[in-house]
Amino acid sequence: MTATPTIVLIGHGMVGQRFLEALADRGLTGAAARVVVLCEEPRPAYDRVQLTSYFSGRSPEDLSLVEADFIEKHGIELRLGDPAETIDRATRTVTARSGFTVQYDQLVLATGSYPFVPPVPGKDSAGCFVYRTIEDLLEIEEYAKNVTSGSVVGGGLLGLEAAGALKGLGLDTHVVEFAPRLMPVQVDDGGGEALRRTIEDMGVTVHTGVGGKEITAGEDGAVTGMELSDGSRIDTDMVIFSAGVRPRDQLARDCGLEVGERGGIKVDEQCRTTTDPAVFAIGECALAVDGRVYGLVAPGYEMAETAASAIAAQETAGFTGADTSTKLKLLGVDVASFGDAHGTAEGCLDVVYADSRSGVYKKLVIGQDGTLLGGVLVGDAEAYGTLRPLTGSVPPVSPEQLVLPAGTGGPVSIGPSALPDEAVICNCHNVTKGTIRAAVTEHSCGTVPEVKKCTKAGTGCGSCVKALTTLVNDELELNGVTVDKGLCGCFPHTRAELYEIVRTLRLTSYEDLLASHGREAAKDGDGCEVCKPAVGSIIASLAPTLGASGYVLDGEQAALQDTNDHFLANLQRNGSYSIVPRIPGGEITPEKLIVIGEVARDFGLYTKITGGQRIDMFGARVDQLPRIWARLVDAGFESGHAYGKALRTVKSCVGQTWCRYGVQDSVRMAIDLELRYRGLRSPHKLKSAVSGCARECAEARGKDFGVIATSNGWNLYVGGNGGADPRHADLLAQDLSDAELIRLIDRFLMFYIRTADRLERTSAWLERIEGGLDHVRDVVVHDSLGLCDELEALMADHVAHYRDEWAETLDDPERLARFVSFVNAPDAPDPSVRFVPERDQMKPDLDLLAGPTLPVRTLEGTVAR
Amino acid sequence: MTETLERPLTTGTIELRTDRGWLAVCAPSGLVPGRGVAVLLPDGGQAAVFLDRAGRPYAIGNRDPFTGAYVLSRGLTGSADGRPYVASPLLKQRFDLETGACLDDASVSVPVYETRVAPEAAAAA
Ligand code: SRM
Ligand SMILES: Cc1cc2nc3c(=O)[nH]c(=O)nc-3n(C[C@H](O)[C@H](O)[C@H](O)COP(=O)(O)OP(=O)(O)OC[C@H]3O[C@@H](n4cnc5c(N)ncnc54)[C@H](O)[C@@H]3O)c2cc1C
Ligand code: SF4
Ligand code: FES
Repeated sequence: MTATPTIVLIGHGMVGQRFLEALADRGLTGAAARVVVLCEEPRPAYDRVQLTSYFSGRSPEDLSLVEADFIEKHGIELRLGDPAETIDRATRTVTARSGFTVQYDQLVLATGSYPFVPPVPGKDSAGCFVYRTIEDLLEIEEYAKNVTSGSVVGGGLLGLEAAGALKGLGLDTHVVEFAPRLMPVQVDDGGGEALRRTIEDMGVTVHTGVGGKEITAGEDGAVTGMELSDGSRIDTDMVIFSAGVRPRDQLARDCGLEVGERGGIKVDEQCRTTTDPAVFAIGECALAVDGRVYGLVAPGYEMAETAASAIAAQETAGFTGADTSTKLKLLGVDVASFGDAHGTAEGCLDVVYADSRSGVYKKLVIGQDGTLLGGVLVGDAEAYGTLRPLTGSVPPVSPEQLVLPAGTGGPVSIGPSALPDEAVICNCHNVTKGTIRAAVTEHSCGTVPEVKKCTKAGTGCGSCVKALTTLVNDELELNGVTVDKGLCGCFPHTRAELYEIVRTLRLTSYEDLLASHGREAAKDGDGCEVCKPAVGSIIASLAPTLGASGYVLDGEQAALQDTNDHFLANLQRNGSYSIVPRIPGGEITPEKLIVIGEVARDFGLYTKITGGQRIDMFGARVDQLPRIWARLVDAGFESGHAYGKALRTVKSCVGQTWCRYGVQDSVRMAIDLELRYRGLRSPHKLKSAVSGCARECAEARGKDFGVIATSNGWNLYVGGNGGADPRHADLLAQDLSDAELIRLIDRFLMFYIRTADRLERTSAWLERIEGGLDHVRDVVVHDSLGLCDELEALMADHVAHYRDEWAETLDDPERLARFVSFVNAPDAPDPSVRFVPERDQMKPDLDLLAGPTLPVRTLEGTVAR
Repeated sequence: MTETLERPLTTGTIELRTDRGWLAVCAPSGLVPGRGVAVLLPDGGQAAVFLDRAGRPYAIGNRDPFTGAYVLSRGLTGSADGRPYVASPLLKQRFDLETGACLDDASVSVPVYETRVAPEAAAAA
């Protein structure tokens, strides 16, 4: 043996990376040991659990699990794309595909699993895939571009995720599951049925109780369909196999390590292979002492810690088995199962709540003595965070109360505060409530990010972050630390407090506010990018009432705005801007459409219909904006505030005028509302919609304030949201007349602007403020705070003082002077803003930006004019 | 890399130093404190020039190394621990205006240019 031992890791997956971190924590890297990692994939370890989020925009880099300097800092030799091919245990040598060999003192196998592909004829046709690596996803995405339908074989956890991905790629999607229900391992029949209904409602076709018998292919060898075991057939262009995984133990078999009957490298409690004390196996390739192969990441992490401790010759509890609780969001449906989900314990009882209409199914398994043993939650898994840690104890309230929806059996929110210290809060990293509290009290972590870094809690699937935040803040307050609720490093106040300060002291400048109310250390500074736009927005919202200039770019205000507000346009990835004129209610005359077409053509802009019922023109250089807007303003257009935290659009459906179902003129109302609230600066953007009947074609309930016609008037809904965390708006008031509706919206908006946090949409605000919707209704409908007159007056001021920002800008040569690419060469267009053709239009030339420096080019624009 | 100034500037010309000598940018009045402007350099490159609230000028490269776009001049400025920075308008990473170092990723930086304010007469240089 050499002086510094050599530790070789085969497989740089999730568990492999965790093992490296565990080695580093124990001081077994750098000078203490030579660590060599053989990694089969072309990239370092990444978050396989979040794999599917690639399809919702996370790049492979975002998914990486390896901190930028981790490998270098610890002197680890990471060999990407170089898998181990043979292990010679006699000479303790590993040989990789490249021919590289290395001698080990300790060898750790973390080779994970491979997807099982059932031996059906045609399984190798073009268009057949598995779902395990980033490379698989890239191939699936590419193939899906040219086809219209796809099928998934396997209706388990991963199969449904793959189906969600296919659906998201716009394919007609089928799921084929051999068992009689979906997710047979995790949920019971009732849960499977609720899941099926919801998933079918989303347009995925589910076939249970049948298997794929044969994949048929056309002459070109590409998939054309799948024959099922019941004789039926699905026409489909691609197939993803997701019929379970098998441990990757071939390497171990080849070198004579003992494996289980159904696969998996046999290890002891220390994760040492039962055959060779110098070889360990961890993660999905290992067969643990309890005779199970764990297909989840949390047990793998425990094994990684165990093996690292064993190598460091530290005492460990060993790995004897783990909890297989899971909570997932499958195609947007919450599904959770924990503990003894199938009720196998003797004499146990089920407490079941099912609502098939809304696709909710909840079952708790209760032992004879009242102990909570496990459960299944489908459709609404809100309670998972509290229920799982309670498993094994008698819950503080009756089981019925735990499964009934909020509002029926009286509110029972037993928050994380009610949990015992042993309760596991973060399942991914096995972190208990006690550990989290200790992070605050003993390791003096003062914020949630610090606690995350210290304990790792909340850094896996993220489902525990809400509970974590509550616990950390509770603990801080318990310790007499006042949680700093200040807006940023410059102000100790919340946005709502700053609003009150500005309003009552009638301050009209950021500088005055910073000098009078800023934190001591920040008073003489330059502020920051958080408070400057927030204060700018507060001053703008109140400008007409304070008697300040309403124009957002006057004087000091100009320095406070984000670049979008500063140039009254939206910055794009290559530094060009997009232009969105207001099209109130989505109604536009042919003449105006022609003007937009002409302007876009003359300036060579890319055009697209937006999701907000208007038209976006992309690719304008800063210096072109005034000329473009001069033409638009001439034709009667005005700013659409797509760049501002302000009213965006009020969408409409065609309504009573044309639609056979319509009961009110929704277009007129949408236009009235859009014109009333245009230009209103607020904590976050504001969106609205008006539908002409309950069919809701304008999607009003997805908006901050949505209006739906009834035969007696209008219903007003508030707090809706699309985006990342969608929320349906709640009914605030019913059957309102036009005047009542507008008065109520005036009050609602002004109350929101006054009390919300920076970048807090109405949905988050409504969930956060004490008393929620009922309180807001009290204030704006019943005037419980006596504020309504003032709120209405503020809005009246706004409406009276509105002026179009672009018209104002064009009227003033001084304001126009800032619209140049270069201060020292006002006539030169920016040479870095270039475009290349795509689908008959153009797109940013990003290759040009990729280089380290810009080559010198002749300066001429892209514009015809 | 900035000359300390006793009083805020109202006259003269802000200049920045390139490898070919001092380049005139604009009069101090052409800059709003807390906001930047882009400058085309003689070699076709671009710099971003800012003025802080005390009237001190700073110049760094205009290219945002995270996206490749030439946009840093359009970011918002601020100060942290008494040091001035600009936050990229695209993905909001902050860059120290005196050293060019990225405050959110130690492995990234942008070039810095020396600045000065030349009296009116020398402005033509
Ligand atoms: C252009 C457009 C996409 C399109 O091609 O259709 C768009 C484009 C952008 N959206 Fe959007 N959104 C567009 C409709 C929507 C919609 C649909 C709608 O309004 O009915 C939604 C969901 C509804 C909602 O907001 O609740 C939407 C939810 C978002 C969100 C998530 C908001 C949330 O609360 O979760 C963001 C991020 C943010 O604002 O923080 C966002 C942010 C953005 C930004 C501003 C991102 C950015 O900072 O660069 C994009 C600016 C594009 C640009 O430069 O012009 N966009 N965005 C749509 C413009 C509508 C318009 O005419 O004004
Ligand atoms: C889409 C998807 C969703 C999932 N969702 C969840 C979830 O919600 N919750 C959960 O707990 N788990 C989930 N899992 C499972 C989880 O990803 C695995 O449990 C975890 O990745 C196991 O880690 P591992 O390191 O053992 O294996 P892996 O992460 O698979 O890593 C093994 C690595 O070893 C490499 N390798 C194999 N042989 C060699 C060789 N000879 N030489 C070099 N390298 C080799 C492989 O290429 C691979 O990179 C999900 C998995 C998938 C695919
Ligand atoms: S919401 Fe009602 S009125 Fe409007 S288009 Fe749909 S069906 Fe017609
Ligand atoms: S439970 Fe997944 S991150 Fe905490």
